[in-house]
Amino acid sequence: METIAMPAINLAVIMPEILLSCIAMVLLLVNVFVPGNNKAYLGYLSIIGLAVTAASAVGGWGPSVSAFNGSVVQDNFAIFFKVIFLISAGLAILISDRYMVQEDCNQGELYPMILFATVGMMLMASGTDLMVIFLGLELLSICLYVLAGWNRDNLKSNEAGLKYFLLGAFSTGFLLYGMALTYGATGSTKIQAISSYVMGNPGVASNPLFVVGMLLIAVGFSFKIAAAPFHMWTPDVYQGAPTPMTAFMSAGPKAAGFAAFIRVMIFAFPMLRAEWSDLLWILAVLTMTVGNIIALSQDNVKRMLAYSSIAHAGYALVGFAAVNAEGAAGILFYMLSYAFMNIGAFAVIILITKKGEVNGNVQDLAGFGHKKPLLAMVLSIFLFSLAGMPPTAGFIGKFYLFSAAIKAGYVWLAIIGVLNSAASLYYYLRVMVFMYMKDPEEDFEWAGATPAIAVCLLVAVGATLVLGVVPGTVLELAQKAVQF
Amino acid sequence: MESIFFLVVAAVAVISSILVVTCKNPINSALSLVMTFFCLATFYVMLDAPFMAATQVIVYAGAIMVLIIFVIMLLNVRVETVKRGTHAVIAGSAIGLFILFQTVWFLMKGSMTGKVGDMTKEQIVSVGHVELIGKALFTDFLLPFEVTSVLLLAAIVGAVILAKKKI
Repeated sequence: METIAMPAINLAVIMPEILLSCIAMVLLLVNVFVPGNNKAYLGYLSIIGLAVTAASAVGGWGPSVSAFNGSVVQDNFAIFFKVIFLISAGLAILISDRYMVQEDCNQGELYPMILFATVGMMLMASGTDLMVIFLGLELLSICLYVLAGWNRDNLKSNEAGLKYFLLGAFSTGFLLYGMALTYGATGSTKIQAISSYVMGNPGVASNPLFVVGMLLIAVGFSFKIAAAPFHMWTPDVYQGAPTPMTAFMSAGPKAAGFAAFIRVMIFAFPMLRAEWSDLLWILAVLTMTVGNIIALSQDNVKRMLAYSSIAHAGYALVGFAAVNAEGAAGILFYMLSYAFMNIGAFAVIILITKKGEVNGNVQDLAGFGHKKPLLAMVLSIFLFSLAGMPPTAGFIGKFYLFSAAIKAGYVWLAIIGVLNSAASLYYYLRVMVFMYMKDPEEDFEWAGATPAIAVCLLVAVGATLVLGVVPGTVLELAQKAVQF
Repeated sequence: MESIFFLVVAAVAVISSILVVTCKNPINSALSLVMTFFCLATFYVMLDAPFMAATQVIVYAGAIMVLIIFVIMLLNVRVETVKRGTHAVIAGSAIGLFILFQTVWFLMKGSMTGKVGDMTKEQIVSVGHVELIGKALFTDFLLPFEVTSVLLLAAIVGAVILAKKKI
């Protein structure tokens, strides 16, 4: 009997993932064994858990360390993304309590599910083995299917969960098929081994298996980041899912999709860079344009934000298509600021809508600016940031993405991006017009913010403005993160 | 000889998987799916992966399909009577054929041989298929193996949340 040589297991590298999954499991048990119907405390415990995980993740900042035979890596790129995921999970948890109580939803398992989804996202960012990336994506997706259908008594939520599950499973098939073909062409699932094989055998670039593998992987990830023409699920799922979960889905998983997409494309397919860069060019233009044009005609604010989130994936793809350090750093910065501004906007929407998500239309916002001036101002800041107006984070993010495209010679791409950004002003400003300039037809009474939501709004507004006025430090960190 | 056998099994696999989606009676669909799984198991045997073939038969064709058929019978799903839209069928077939031609054309273009793996037939026979899989699972794929457990836990919790009558 020969002994098996175990690979170097460096648990410190995956400590954040281990910590967070353990915390999630403990919370599941706490939920079962601690009596009482008020489960809000689980949310606060999860936020403590997220903070501990963030501390452990940030502690690894520095030179990259690989572990498990090159299955997973701890580098600045992964750490930056992990912080984005943890922030979006934390903000989503803060705004969950009030919504779930209002809609009579079960709360106990909600927080562990969000934490499990976050573990999946972290594995996607730090995985350097296609299998780890795939399993991280599956862990994330399965949690999201459940979270989207969380409001079991609401037909729209059921539809969102089922639709997301069916289309998600379909797209996972594409991704896995692509990974299998890549494995067949290169003989490994480790990104390191794939890249060294490709460097040693340039002929593989003309191997149909390899090219089709790259295309199918691109399709799978494009679905996750909701890029057109793989965006069909987004509006229905975002509208039907509980609002806090929509906020979470639009910020965290989108960033996770980008993290894995960037790592796989840049490291596993460097030979095909010209090809996939052109592919991303087309995807970016389609995604921005489709998202913005359809968003123009939406009345429901949640659905409008869903289409706008498609458009934002398009802006980030502009930076990706540029394939340079500025573009990658731009995506990191943009995903971080997008998490703050989008979750913030959804937090205000939670306060606006009543049970059953009625009065979520733009028209229902008439008079909101006079009744709740502070909340209306906060929402306006988020919308300005989403539209890309200075001095907000959205402006700086777009500025860097588009300037990266220009540096890479994609002037037309940048022009299309700016034009799209201008078109998006219409639907963001429309909300503000209704808030401040129209008189309400009915007399609505809006609820005030609960302490948890107030904290979320405070953090989000603060970050949106700070990242917009003094982006230097964070941008520097983002630039360090993409020095692979 | 082997290539003829492969073609026959492949034809059965394709036909039975088409039947899975076209059969009007759900039980027939499920049984066609069993057929597809058996064909897949045959492919695994032909690829010198007997352990994969055995798990395919035991887990998929055995356990999972029995569950699916139980659920169909318990729910008493009736034979589908809804008439399918013909436009969708035509559009779908056109796109499918286009993609098929595209794939065939693409495959004719270049050499498809990728990297040849480390394992040879003799090695698999001498060491044993199960041992090799076990070794890979606990060395190269240790982390994916462990992540799967978290994935399954999350899936179980999620299924209970969505399906349980009263939480």
